[in-house]
Amino acid sequence: MEVTTSWYLVLGALLFTIGAVGLLVRRNPLVMFMCVELMLNAVNLTFVSFARALDDVAGQVIVFFVLVVAATEVVVGLGIIVAIMRRTPGATADDVASLRG
Amino acid sequence: MLDLIWLIPALPLAGFLVLVVAGRRLGEPLAGWLATAMVAASFVVTVGVFLALLGEPEEERAATVELFTWLPAGSLEVSFGFLADPLSITMALFVTGIGALIHLYSIGYMHGDANFSKFFVYLNLFVFSMLCLVLGDNLLMTFLGWEGVGTCSYLLISFWFGNEANASAGKKAFVTNRIGDFGFMLAMFVAFGALGTLQYVTEDGGGVLQRAGELAPVTATAIAGLLFVGAIGKSAQFPLYVWLPDAMAGPTPVSALIHAATMVTSGIYLLTRVNPIIGESFDWLPTTIAWVGAGTALFAATIAVAQHDIKKVLAYSTVSQLGYMFLAVGVGAYVPAVFHMVTHAFFKALLFLGSGSVIHGMHEEQDMRRMGGLRALMPITAVTFIVGWLAISGIPPFAGFWSKDEILLYAFAENPALWVIGLVTAVLTAYYMSRQVFLVFFGRPRFAIAEGGAAADDHGASPTAAITAGAETEAAGAGSTTGHAPAHRPIHVHESPWLMTLPLVVLAGLALVGGAMQLPFNSDVHFLGDWLHPVIGLAENEAEIHVATATKVVLAIVAGVAGLAGIAVAARVYLQRRARAVEPALLEQAWRYDAAISAFVAGPGRSGFEGAAAFDGRIVDGAVDGTATVVRVVADRLRLAQSGYVRSYALGVAVGAVVLVGLFLSRASL
Repeated sequence: MEVTTSWYLVLGALLFTIGAVGLLVRRNPLVMFMCVELMLNAVNLTFVSFARALDDVAGQVIVFFVLVVAATEVVVGLGIIVAIMRRTPGATADDVASLRG
Repeated sequence: MLDLIWLIPALPLAGFLVLVVAGRRLGEPLAGWLATAMVAASFVVTVGVFLALLGEPEEERAATVELFTWLPAGSLEVSFGFLADPLSITMALFVTGIGALIHLYSIGYMHGDANFSKFFVYLNLFVFSMLCLVLGDNLLMTFLGWEGVGTCSYLLISFWFGNEANASAGKKAFVTNRIGDFGFMLAMFVAFGALGTLQYVTEDGGGVLQRAGELAPVTATAIAGLLFVGAIGKSAQFPLYVWLPDAMAGPTPVSALIHAATMVTSGIYLLTRVNPIIGESFDWLPTTIAWVGAGTALFAATIAVAQHDIKKVLAYSTVSQLGYMFLAVGVGAYVPAVFHMVTHAFFKALLFLGSGSVIHGMHEEQDMRRMGGLRALMPITAVTFIVGWLAISGIPPFAGFWSKDEILLYAFAENPALWVIGLVTAVLTAYYMSRQVFLVFFGRPRFAIAEGGAAADDHGASPTAAITAGAETEAAGAGSTTGHAPAHRPIHVHESPWLMTLPLVVLAGLALVGGAMQLPFNSDVHFLGDWLHPVIGLAENEAEIHVATATKVVLAIVAGVAGLAGIAVAARVYLQRRARAVEPALLEQAWRYDAAISAFVAGPGRSGFEGAAAFDGRIVDGAVDGTATVVRVVADRLRLAQSGYVRSYALGVAVGAVVLVGLFLSRASL
């Protein structure tokens, strides 16, 4: 059985779905963070697959951008999470709801 | 010399600035002397400019000095410039001349006042504003001065603001004048809309006055009519005269300078200035001006007959005399109007300063019923006051006779009915002024004299026996304190210091010979008329009168006799006590006009204002509040969507993304 582009695309879709569902159902900020990373990398995988299939280097270039954005996002995001955890140890995402209307 | 016109207003302004900064340090009497010197220097410059203008040929007697462009705003360009022409220099001459005399007088009058230097700050600012008004070369400059003198008038009327009545008199003057100022502003808007400029005259002939002929009669009537509304307010004509009698709350030099000689004549100045525009108006406008003037003259004269306050008599007299000037303007007699304005400035300033000297000598007593016999105690004041009295009564050869006679002559040529009103007013004027002179300076003192030992009783001969009754029992002599009413305390009457009597003597001289400016005998002695010809003759609006010489002589004799008749009647009533004085309460209360205004404003006026307030509170505020309420209620519902949970936002994003993708896919497949 030959591994075609579709396989990679299905894998990317699966990983994205797992990330999205995890983000929606989990309460632990760190786990939610990892889910976001999972979604980002699922998209990266999709980009690379298409770049290979269509023989277009632009897809790979975008992956670099996504990696850079993800790195900065991790820096900011982890900083915020550490700050929250210091104030209220063991806090879940639902505990941080002070912007409720 | 003509380039130095700007110095005329600049000198009082400099005095004002110095006194604002260092007035308190200079103190009394240095601050007063500085202010006086500035105005006197300004007078000297004015005389120089006057002589320079006199040296020019008649057509070239106008010079403009533009200091800088004041308002460059699109097509509206207003210069900060001064115009020296016969009319403005005539005004500037008597504003600075009489102003300097009154400044000098004030040094004596305000002696010992806690705010001595502040008084001169205001006085110098007033002179500056007044000079801007008359020398300004465009309507807006005149308006700047117009507002400036209004402000100074307000500040000076309520100078002794510790007294509630003085403060509210100032407010009354200010508010009443706003009504007139509103007319002035609208007139400027119309003039700019029609002609695109506010300059009076320009060298290329583009000024408002030079282009008056281009105006449609409707526009000209609108401009002239609105300026007339402004003049009514400033020059205290019916129905806006009410502020002037109350303005007597200010110190007497203020009454003399602002509310008799200068500021109140600015309405006449303005109308004379724009005479080419009045000339282009519909005929009913000048007729209205004449009738308003004549009506006010008669109306105010009747009120003056029954006043007891020495200054109130003069205040109503001023309103009445200003009415004469409006009558003159209305019948196209601009030269007589200016002539009467100048002579009136002489003798009315004299009378006010004289009354101030009396009040000063009587220790702030203003009620004429408690005066009498002052002739012997204040000889200089009495003699000068009598000169002023004869001048205003129109007795030849005093100044008032010539100017009043000229106005009556033009009125006769226009409409005999106006002449009759003017003549009746002349009789009344002579009557009430004689009443004042007899009550104050003649007869026996109706107050206790502190020194001199003369018995102070009048045996009920006064029209108001109730007042004199107390005086009979009052023992004359220093130190008699037997618990009587304060009014009957012995008064040490004294003649005023030379600072105050010198201006009186100078003004009395002017009131005596002022008529020589314009004598009616033949056209060679029409000095003022020839001098003003370039301004008045700009559009040849000076009324031509065709009255036979014999008629003129008869009219002059009738006018002279009218004055004598008024004096004779007053002498019979107040000097010889052969007839009962007629002083109806209705006249004393000024035909209850003030009361009617108060009643109207307090009754229907107040309901109207409350209605407007209610409309504002319910409808206008209600609309604003309603909008806010609707927004708040809706927002209260909408804020529930903001749960604050990250997962719900994430779900929103996810659902939104799915919907968007679905939308794109369905679009693509179509």
